[in-house]
Amino acid sequence: MSFVTDTFRPSPRFTVGLVAAFGALAGLFMGNAQGSLLFGIVAGAVLGAVVGLGALALAEGKFPVSRAAARWAIVILFAAAGYAIAGLASAVVAGLAGCFFGWFATWIANGTYRRGLAPYLTPRQVLWYYTFRVIVWSILIFLITPILVVMPLSFNAQDFFTFTPEMLALKAEGFSLKHYHDFFYNPDWQQALWNSLAIAPAATVLSVAFGTLAAIGLSQPHVPFRQTIMAILISPMIVPLIISAAGMYFFYSRIGLQGTYVGVVLAHAALGIPFVIITVTATLVGFDRSLTRAASSLGANPVTTFFRVQMPLILPGVISGGLFAFITSFDEVVVVLFVGSASQKTLPWQMFIGLREQISPTILAVATVLVAISIVLLTVVELLRRRSERLRGMSPG
Amino acid sequence: MMIKKISALAACTALVAPAAFAADMADEMTIVSWGGAYQSSQVNAYSDPYKAKNDGLEVVWDESSAQAVSKLRAQSEAGNITWDLVDVEAADAIRLCDEGLAMEIDPDEDLAAAPDGTSAEDDFGDMLVSDCFIPQIVFSTTFGYRTDMVPDGVEPPTSACDVFDTEKYPGKRALNKQPIANMEWALLCDGVAYEDVYDALETDEGVERALAKLGTIKDDTIWWTASAQTPELLASGEIFMGSAYNGRLFSAIEEKKQPIGMAWDWQMFDLDGWIIPAGLPEDRLARVKDFVMFATDTQRLADQAKYISYGPARASSAPLVGKHATLGIEMAPHMPTDPNNAENTFVNNYDWWADHRDDLDAKFQAWLAQ
Repeated sequence: MSFVTDTFRPSPRFTVGLVAAFGALAGLFMGNAQGSLLFGIVAGAVLGAVVGLGALALAEGKFPVSRAAARWAIVILFAAAGYAIAGLASAVVAGLAGCFFGWFATWIANGTYRRGLAPYLTPRQVLWYYTFRVIVWSILIFLITPILVVMPLSFNAQDFFTFTPEMLALKAEGFSLKHYHDFFYNPDWQQALWNSLAIAPAATVLSVAFGTLAAIGLSQPHVPFRQTIMAILISPMIVPLIISAAGMYFFYSRIGLQGTYVGVVLAHAALGIPFVIITVTATLVGFDRSLTRAASSLGANPVTTFFRVQMPLILPGVISGGLFAFITSFDEVVVVLFVGSASQKTLPWQMFIGLREQISPTILAVATVLVAISIVLLTVVELLRRRSERLRGMSPG
Repeated sequence: MMIKKISALAACTALVAPAAFAADMADEMTIVSWGGAYQSSQVNAYSDPYKAKNDGLEVVWDESSAQAVSKLRAQSEAGNITWDLVDVEAADAIRLCDEGLAMEIDPDEDLAAAPDGTSAEDDFGDMLVSDCFIPQIVFSTTFGYRTDMVPDGVEPPTSACDVFDTEKYPGKRALNKQPIANMEWALLCDGVAYEDVYDALETDEGVERALAKLGTIKDDTIWWTASAQTPELLASGEIFMGSAYNGRLFSAIEEKKQPIGMAWDWQMFDLDGWIIPAGLPEDRLARVKDFVMFATDTQRLADQAKYISYGPARASSAPLVGKHATLGIEMAPHMPTDPNNAENTFVNNYDWWADHRDDLDAKFQAWLAQ
């Protein structure tokens, strides 16, 4: 056997066996869904073996067609078979399966999978190389699929969380924007949205102000009981939320803050402060104290020193702490259910009762809007970060 | 004494000059209900007309009835009652009344008489199950099934007992994740006579027999915790039949045009109504009493049935039930109390459940976990 990897070809038995095994695996899922497990496995294995043999023959140059043409042929064959069995939806699924198997069979048969890898790798190492990638991608898909499934469902023309036959057949009447209309015109949702948009920024401003001050104070070496104060300040993050919420409820009730906007903002600020303290403390570790001494030796008072020297340098920590505080308030449902009353109903509260009492797809529309907003926010933050990095790179020193 | 005077005043003002004494009443009111179609029927039938008569009144709705008991306990402990009127099931009303969290009412004093002069006490009749309970509707827990999943050549299900027949009606079922209703149905469908069901449930053998009957369909059953789940599962075709409140099924069938049918036999009747939290300040209490007097009169209860298929709790409202507000269909045939639907009905024994609930809950949850 030659070790020049460009011409490496696995044994025919390996190719056919592996593709047949994958076919059997796919058949297992299909068969399980259709209720005939054994038939699915056998049919999948046979189909896989046939595709494997075809790819093998192609790799040995027995067919006068290009690899791309052969792959397309498999896709079309699979899709046609799927259509013949169960219509358009299964044609799409079968076409995708054909796409995968056509690519996979030729990829194996031609030995392409060895290209780009070090030639001295043992088969086991090659196997692990690809298994590792499959695992990584599976985790990503596992994390992201629930979010992606929500998006098409939010355009459902029905009032249920169901992919209707019309939707699966991609017909226009299966889709509708009515759940978005409900979100933007229903006073309940609008009130909740505006409450959230009022409460979250206010809570963020308070958290950032207090959290930054606390972090700066606590990073001074001469402050007594630093560890204890720190532990108390970040306790809202460690104590189970329901306990903070119940405690706040009874305390705020007694002092007349329960059921007021101020109460909800204060409660959310208390939850957001630990995030700001932690991120700002982390950035302060890299902060050179001689800069503040230099500033005061030049006559700047502490406030000027903070805003002109220290603040710009620790800004990344402040901003990311602020983001966390904002998201905490924006996502929070437990504390607001206790501390707020129905007039302070926030978006998560409305989603929570909506899910419990009516399971309306409006929730999916809201979720889609929120995901879109999050993506935009993260993109903006990332762009700003790159811009500031670029600017810093250009400035001298 | 003071309370009686105010309510008498309120009754007078409602009759003579609605706005004359408005200064004595709070101009904001927080009403707690269940959300969804049920709450909007209350908004349409009660609070919107009431607001039209009382300028400047603000009504805040809180969808917290599911946690009414625990939240009222917390509010009373914190000494800060933020709710003015709470919609609860009869069993919760009994509990809240026993704990002193709900205010006792005098039906003839606090509720309007029927148009023909029948006193409120007689007009509500048996529905007044607790001294604190202001009855509003009769609803039932009953079964819906997918009409397109009925096997060929088989009669569609008509009774709660059909849920146990997996041979005739294969497919998944959905049942409430609670012993209430399920235990009664299990015994009834296992051959226990209607009168003997609660006696049997008091014995260990009876409980075991009920759980054994439920055990025959345990593998096929999805247990729901929110009332919206069964219509959802039916609409998505994940179950063949499931129990739900009849108004939810009505909404899925008639308003959302889902292929769902109703199996009315042995529907489980239950009551829902208002309680007024104990310890409200005078101005808020006056407002709430004025509202309750208005919202539970004969016409208002009949109006609510235009929006949702729950039966009004007053005898005098029944003849006034008309057509659906938007669909224009007759509502009477969709009421759980309609003679065609009510051939065999099961009336939930609230008092019995109030005594045995904790015990049976524990046994039922333990059985579920097995």
